[in-house]
Amino acid sequence: MRLLIALGAGALFGSGLHLSGMTDTAKVKGFLDFFGAWDPTLMFVMGGAIIPMFIAWRVAERRKPLMGGDFPAASDPVFDRSLILGAVLFGAGWGLVGLCPGPAIASLSYGGSGGFAFLGAMVLGMLLAPRARQWLDRRSVVA
Amino acid sequence: MIGCAGALFLLGNGRIMGASGILGGLIDGSGRSNWAERTAFLVGLIALPAVLQSSGTLSTQTNLTPNLGLIIIAGLLVGLGTRIGNGCTSGHGVCGISRLSPRGIVATLIYIGAGAVMVVALRGIWGAL
Repeated sequence: MRLLIALGAGALFGSGLHLSGMTDTAKVKGFLDFFGAWDPTLMFVMGGAIIPMFIAWRVAERRKPLMGGDFPAASDPVFDRSLILGAVLFGAGWGLVGLCPGPAIASLSYGGSGGFAFLGAMVLGMLLAPRARQWLDRRSVVA
Repeated sequence: MIGCAGALFLLGNGRIMGASGILGGLIDGSGRSNWAERTAFLVGLIALPAVLQSSGTLSTQTNLTPNLGLIIIAGLLVGLGTRIGNGCTSGHGVCGISRLSPRGIVATLIYIGAGAVMVVALRGIWGAL
């Protein structure tokens, strides 16, 4: 059952990304182009996604997950070096070609060889990340 | 639809729907204990858009740049950045903001800002890309 829910959530997420234009890199770049011909439509996609999630978090305050276990604990509001540097690197890559992880995976079947190249490079970046994180953590202990 | 997917994953399985976290946990081994659930999510994420695309009427294009160098640099940055910073557009942006998580809100503002700077910088360097 857990697998079925995961499969369904993935399918729903993927079709949402597909239909809303999040997999179209030209549209994503238009959204990030605040100082040019700004296309705000993806902001409504994000806003529209936040509303059901907001309700879900309210429900989560009062019950347990259907499949057992607990909801993930809220993280402490710590703005450490990894959060900020990670967000800067991710944003730079996102702006560079217009793909973020969800749409990169969702468009794999029709993104051509470029889509596979992006995913391959992303996986490599994810493999390197634990090492980069360790290094950052060591430095923040000293600082 | 994206929000409903996140709500389903949260209320059903008690997990945060973040694309980079779900894939990243499989890649670096930190999510080995629930690998099947992660894989099922990814299968759904790839399969339904593939079906929609082949149906013809709902097809779209990625309009990805043909510049392979740019694609690889961007992929490395996205992979590294989302794992160091613990999230991407779905995890920090959708799940984090809706929870009013300070980390999610700050991360989202930063990566959108960095993305905007990159788009402007690219236009300056290469012209219309």
